[in-house]
Amino acid sequence: MIKIENISKVYNGVTVLTVPQLEIPEGQCFGLVGNNGAGKTTLFSLLLDLIEPNSGSVTNKGIIVNKSEDWKPFTSAFIDESFLIGYLTPEEYFYFIGDLRGKNKADVDVFLTPFEELFNDEILNKKKYIRDLSKGNQKKVGIVAALIGNPEVIILDEPFANLDPTTQFRLKAIIKEMATTKKVTIIISSHDLIHTTEVCSRIVVLNKGEMVKDIQTNSETLKELETFFSEGIMVRN
Amino acid sequence: MVKKFLFLEWKSFSRSASFNFNLAIKILLSIAAAFYGAMILLLGIGVFYMLQEEGFEPLSTVNKYLVYWWLADLIVRYFLQQTPVMQVKPLLTLPIKKSKIVSFLLGKSAFSFFNMYPVFFFLPFSIVLVVNGYSIVGVLAWHLAMMSIVYANNYLNLLIENLNALFIAVAVILVTLIGAQYAGYLDITIYFSPIFQAFYAYPIIGFGMLLIPISLFMYCFNYFKPRLRLDDVIKKKEKEVKTENFTWLDKYGVLGSFLKNDLKLILRNKRSKSTVLTSIFFLFYGLLLMSDSMYGAPTWKLFSGLFISGGFLFTFGGFVPSWDSSYYPLMMSQNIKYKEYLSSKWWLIVIATFCSMLLASFYLYFGWEYYLAIIVGAIYNMGVNAHIVLLGGAYVKTPIDLNAGKKAFGDKKAFNVKTILLTIPKLLLPLLIFYAFYKIWNVQAGYIAVALLGIMGFAFKNSVFSLIEKIYKQEKYATLSAYKQKN
Repeated sequence: MIKIENISKVYNGVTVLTVPQLEIPEGQCFGLVGNNGAGKTTLFSLLLDLIEPNSGSVTNKGIIVNKSEDWKPFTSAFIDESFLIGYLTPEEYFYFIGDLRGKNKADVDVFLTPFEELFNDEILNKKKYIRDLSKGNQKKVGIVAALIGNPEVIILDEPFANLDPTTQFRLKAIIKEMATTKKVTIIISSHDLIHTTEVCSRIVVLNKGEMVKDIQTNSETLKELETFFSEGIMVRN
Repeated sequence: MVKKFLFLEWKSFSRSASFNFNLAIKILLSIAAAFYGAMILLLGIGVFYMLQEEGFEPLSTVNKYLVYWWLADLIVRYFLQQTPVMQVKPLLTLPIKKSKIVSFLLGKSAFSFFNMYPVFFFLPFSIVLVVNGYSIVGVLAWHLAMMSIVYANNYLNLLIENLNALFIAVAVILVTLIGAQYAGYLDITIYFSPIFQAFYAYPIIGFGMLLIPISLFMYCFNYFKPRLRLDDVIKKKEKEVKTENFTWLDKYGVLGSFLKNDLKLILRNKRSKSTVLTSIFFLFYGLLLMSDSMYGAPTWKLFSGLFISGGFLFTFGGFVPSWDSSYYPLMMSQNIKYKEYLSSKWWLIVIATFCSMLLASFYLYFGWEYYLAIIVGAIYNMGVNAHIVLLGGAYVKTPIDLNAGKKAFGDKKAFNVKTILLTIPKLLLPLLIFYAFYKIWNVQAGYIAVALLGIMGFAFKNSVFSLIEKIYKQEKYATLSAYKQKN
């Protein structure tokens, strides 16, 4: 589904990311872990063509993302609050995203019903603009909006951060379900090793802009990651 | 402490994105500032002798018209003067007294350009008065009274910005006074000139004027100090919001949903609201020129025609796509084609220009010729300038903070010098073409030429759009990274 070849990003002479080769097949739930500054958000920005690579290319379903805009109809993302329109109410925002993805108001209403539990009665029909919601509720809005319109690729940066424990569990269930039954390619990043190993079928560790581990998740993965982050990095450096 | 604040000020100034905008524009601006400074200085020195030459008593003549300056100063300040802004939130939990922060902010506003330019006039004028034998005490009192008015305006403007009730009160008084004067019901100068004269004649009143800015300062201080808390100044009050659906736009598909968003953008954000209100003032621009015979020339009529119909285009359009800066990454990664995005902005500008043209129909009262100039100006604005504005937008990389409430006193200023500079090519070109055709043939030929140019802009819309789209794509990454830098 997504193919990354020889991509690199340089800021002020410092290489912050180099990925020689990475392929994410369709329907995979792909987890990206790494410490601050490892290059997770940089990689996501490259996938979405928000920054320009210094070399190499990202191909999304055969489309080179910085050459054509045709990947946009089947790709959606929530990276940070700059993906929210603060002066809209959550409903208006969902309808707007729905409009862009060819779903009318009724479609969006149907889509939103299963999320009522997740919203915990704090988001819909509250007559509040998104900018006045709490950080956690803003995040819920952004993540749910990224699921509208049956996207084939969903990119979520730190989806579990800032969410309450109940929502974290619900979100995990939703992500698992989308990847297994709907064959959606999901790419998430997280600092939370437990969540990531639970949800993702494959985990890639980034360290200082380089891929240092590529693991198919199994019962030993969590331990392996914990060892890596508690000792491995120190030894490596 | 003040030293530390000044250090922060300097850093936020020298590291801001707009500071690195363009050296050429910075140079142009400083030349303009130096030019106007010199002009005001010359006026301050020369006005005494000019009035004397004409047989007027200089001081009382100046006093007669001072009321207009006072009102104009207040109005110009409201639209142009930046309210002092400082990142207050990180300071609140540090061991700094709130009174320190507030006095620094209020003190900082005293050094605004708007408090400096009057000095260039009043100081030389006062010196010339003394040199010519006016009483030193009287002139000193008068001068201090003038400075008091300057600073009173400064702090009054701060309060007006933050107290809607005061704004409405002042606006009503101003409109009534100016309207009454304009309609000839009363001459406000008759009531005000003795007051200004009294500052000189009875120095004690002049010195007493100092109490006004001081008490306004105190009032501002007491007003802002308790409001320097997260739930007041920084976090906006949460009101229950009305949702408008604009369902009539549904039938236009994706374009309709963009337009819906733009309408909500305008209605729900302070910054955009005040910009659109400013553009309404453009409608009345023609009235200013009406009385002056020099502006009776057809070229000037077309000039005001462009201005009257182009208020929205110049003020709001000049900031496209910065209005969407806070969620630009969304717009760039969602299922949106650049062409759709740009064309929705184009339609918004064209519809607003068309509405301005209809609203301006009251100019028919002054003769159909005047309105014809407005129609021709509107056609040019819609056909050509709408494209130029979008083209310029690719290079306008100033992020706009729509949620102005985050800053200390709020940054509601929607007018900036860069956009004013960008309007020059938009105005000059049609005027030159008109002038050429008007001189070679006649007025009608000039109008037809400019209108044809506008219609040609419509005809070539698609190819122009492809060009604009290409430039936006080239600038995409630079724009995204500039918008990341907020404040």
